[in-house]
Amino acid sequence: MSDLTRLTIAEARAKLRAKEISATEITDAYLAAIDQANPLLNAYVAVTHDKARNMAKASDARIAKGEGKALEGIPLGIKDLFATEGVHTQACSHVLDGFRPRYESTVTSNLWADGAVMLGKLNMDEFAMGSSNETSYYGPVINPWRRSRVQTTVKPTFHDGSAGFIKPGGVEENRSYDNMQLVPGGSSGGSAAAVSAFLCAGATATDTGGSIRQPAAFTGTVGIKPTYGRVSRWGVVAFASSLDQAGPIARDVRDAAILLKSMASVDPKDTTSVDRPVPDYEAALGRPIKGMKVGIPKEYRVDGMPQEIEALWQQGIAWLKEAGAEIVDISLPHTKYALPAYYIVAPAEASSNLARYDGVRYGLRVPGKDIVDMYEKTRAAGFGQEVKRRIMIGTYVLSAGYYDAYYLQAQKVRTLIKKDFEDVFAAGVDVILTPATPSAAFGVADQDMAADPVKMYLNDVFTVTVNMAGLPGISVPAGLDSHGLPLGLQLIGRPFDEETLFQTAHVIEKAAGRFEANQWW
Amino acid sequence: MSVDIQTVKRVARLARIAVSEDDAARMTGELNTILGFVEQLNEVDVTGVEPMTSVTPMAMKKREDVVTDGNKAVDIVANAPATEENFFLVPKVVE
Repeated sequence: MSDLTRLTIAEARAKLRAKEISATEITDAYLAAIDQANPLLNAYVAVTHDKARNMAKASDARIAKGEGKALEGIPLGIKDLFATEGVHTQACSHVLDGFRPRYESTVTSNLWADGAVMLGKLNMDEFAMGSSNETSYYGPVINPWRRSRVQTTVKPTFHDGSAGFIKPGGVEENRSYDNMQLVPGGSSGGSAAAVSAFLCAGATATDTGGSIRQPAAFTGTVGIKPTYGRVSRWGVVAFASSLDQAGPIARDVRDAAILLKSMASVDPKDTTSVDRPVPDYEAALGRPIKGMKVGIPKEYRVDGMPQEIEALWQQGIAWLKEAGAEIVDISLPHTKYALPAYYIVAPAEASSNLARYDGVRYGLRVPGKDIVDMYEKTRAAGFGQEVKRRIMIGTYVLSAGYYDAYYLQAQKVRTLIKKDFEDVFAAGVDVILTPATPSAAFGVADQDMAADPVKMYLNDVFTVTVNMAGLPGISVPAGLDSHGLPLGLQLIGRPFDEETLFQTAHVIEKAAGRFEANQWW
Repeated sequence: MSVDIQTVKRVARLARIAVSEDDAARMTGELNTILGFVEQLNEVDVTGVEPMTSVTPMAMKKREDVVTDGNKAVDIVANAPATEENFFLVPKVVE
């Protein structure tokens, strides 16, 4: 495997600009890595070899003419939720079989306009509904990380025979790896696994309840969900429109800042796109955090949370304190209601958004005896279990007689969740520090999660509040658990203050170091 | 609140998803688990609280009422499972 895939975006950018490497070389290196590893990891559902090589060639031509853009020649993976013209776009669902959009999403248009190269489409939970990437029609993605055990042997101290000379012993460490397959998290599991396994320099992802931050935490990568309205949703297959927001997954904080700068824009085609200029996020890195007020919400100390997560959180607090931040205890009293409110709002919006998959305009059609029979058979065959479950919940809570009891109540609770954050920010808190997930990555086909859908939903307990309040949140790797698996910390910011998140996450990254899986793929 | 199998079948009909007897029985259990989980929202005092309508305060964007796009019939039907002369084909709906 070529070393070119090990370069961060910032490093590759410098080498491409200096003409030390070409876009074609780095693209070929990634394509070779994907061809070798994808049968093992299943991170990509479509690899666009020819398109990638053509885009790389065009990048090399622009670099030669001195016309290279911000992401010129950087090979990226694209979540299957983004419409890419003429290329597989199915939200990893059977119901969109064969769909090839005739248009390009705003986010990917922005990336290509900045010179990035598309390697292919990344696996994900079907319609972004899931926390393990196991609901994909294309099968689960395998996390490049595996559990490991450290065996230590103490070597005895002994005399070597010469007078008074003692040969020192010591402790020998031996790490052995468990073969059990782990999930990369979801729904952006393909994005997180591909970034972590060096199968792309960076990836696009989306986050409705934690789908960027949870897989980033499970794979030792950095993921940011921007403020609602910062990144255009145009051309992104809709799940829950008031919660969906796209963002990047990257190897480090700097790369995430570089990618978000290109992905974000003001878009007349998305009515919820906010009319504010996109700042230079990279410039926020390295700014001191002395005097910054960091809030620690007591409600994030949940029952049954492993000691390791608590310890990681304390470590994060210590790092920020050391860097000069002021730590304050805060309360976000409605935190525990965010997840149940989410499981009304998100399915309600999903049931409405997914009504369009009717076997008429695109994708799968299963014939029936009349048009309703055709709709029902098409949707029964096209949607997976989790998607059906959420459409059913959404249809039920919106149906006559239940709307007030469920949907209206949930939207009122949502107002209170947002107010909790507004109060804390009004009191002078600049950023909030929490764990990203309640555990490290779990096994593929975990029995407990399969038996109880709510168990799976609890993965998003720390991330979902951020979507409900429309705030930006970043997950940054901060340590390893006792099995050697990565754990992340989450930072939550004021609306449109992604810069403070990058600035603070960079401090944690510098203190924690970077984490890479032991390569077996 | 909980649902019975008849309600599940009615909701499946509203959602236009065909379900077998076994599907409906399994879904009844799953839906009741989720409805049991969301029940805790009733504890929250929402007196005088407005339901959220927009997560970021924003004025609805408006534009001139002019034609900015169109003449894309070929693109629009390109992905349809059955078409004829730029029309979507569906099973007969009128006798």
